[in-house]
Amino acid sequence: MDVTTFAELSGNLAVVGYGLAAVGPGIGVGLVVSKTIESIARQPELAAKLQVTMWLGIAFTEALALIGLATPFIFA
Amino acid sequence: MEFYPEIIAFEGTPFALNRIMLIRLLVLTLLVVLFALWTRKFQQANKTQNHVPTKFQLMGEISLNFVRKSIAHDQLGEKDGDRFLPLLTTIFFVTLGMNITGIIPGLNISGTSVIGLPIVMAIAAYVTFIYAGVKKHGGHFFTSALFPAGVPKAFYVLVTPIELLSTFILRPVTLALRLTMNMIAGHLLLVLCFSATQFFFFEADGLFKLFGAGTFVFGFAFTLFEILVAFLQAYVFTLLTTVYIQLALSDEH
Repeated sequence: MDVTTFAELSGNLAVVGYGLAAVGPGIGVGLVVSKTIESIARQPELAAKLQVTMWLGIAFTEALALIGLATPFIFA
Repeated sequence: MEFYPEIIAFEGTPFALNRIMLIRLLVLTLLVVLFALWTRKFQQANKTQNHVPTKFQLMGEISLNFVRKSIAHDQLGEKDGDRFLPLLTTIFFVTLGMNITGIIPGLNISGTSVIGLPIVMAIAAYVTFIYAGVKKHGGHFFTSALFPAGVPKAFYVLVTPIELLSTFILRPVTLALRLTMNMIAGHLLLVLCFSATQFFFFEADGLFKLFGAGTFVFGFAFTLFEILVAFLQAYVFTLLTTVYIQLALSDEH
């Protein structure tokens, strides 16, 4: 190792890519669930309806992370 | 961690069978037998006018009513809900049956963790929601999906490609990918936990053996989590199909 190589990284860059791809959906799912909890706390009688919408929101948001997980299989 | 296990029978023909295909066939047989028994029970109960269900019959009624009442009727209404009920019920129970094999000891991989089966179901959902839209609105379905009303004309340059991508391309792709990737991720987690347990118990030395207990507990917890995911993915797949049909039928189009 010469002087200019200060820190060496080895392994697959795709792993870092997936880590980045998981950040956005993670925040997104957190927002969806937190807002649903807030709404249920305000209107407990709407809980069943809100939960269905929550699962839909989670499914749409989560799809981004899963596309990130799928890219190595597609482009490798 | 084998998504492409070795071929067991009929090698070289298009009907080559590997472990995952055998699991799929097993689940299919079980589902067919279960539903045949359930429907025979329902018919008998109808004929004899015996309205007190047995335990087995009650199980069937509860599971079939879950899809009918809380998915189809809630989203589509009674009339359209019953129209599309056969597809929705099939999707729900096939997905659930194929998912749950991921945690059954001895089978240990879900039938949906290879993308073929999810693609077939996504195509069925795709064809159905386009059929529903075209049947109700004719060619107007496509124009209103691609050129939504209330958008200034100049913005169609931006909006139309996005709508085309999200409605007609990403919907089926994400349906199939969501299911497959959830099952693959779950399988990888379980493999990681249990192979780590095996490593710590039998190959690590000294105090490292203690880590094995931790990974074993995690593996067990993830197994329980996978049961939840199996149900949830079946529910989400069915719910999304229903919502797509409902969007295609809705009157803004």
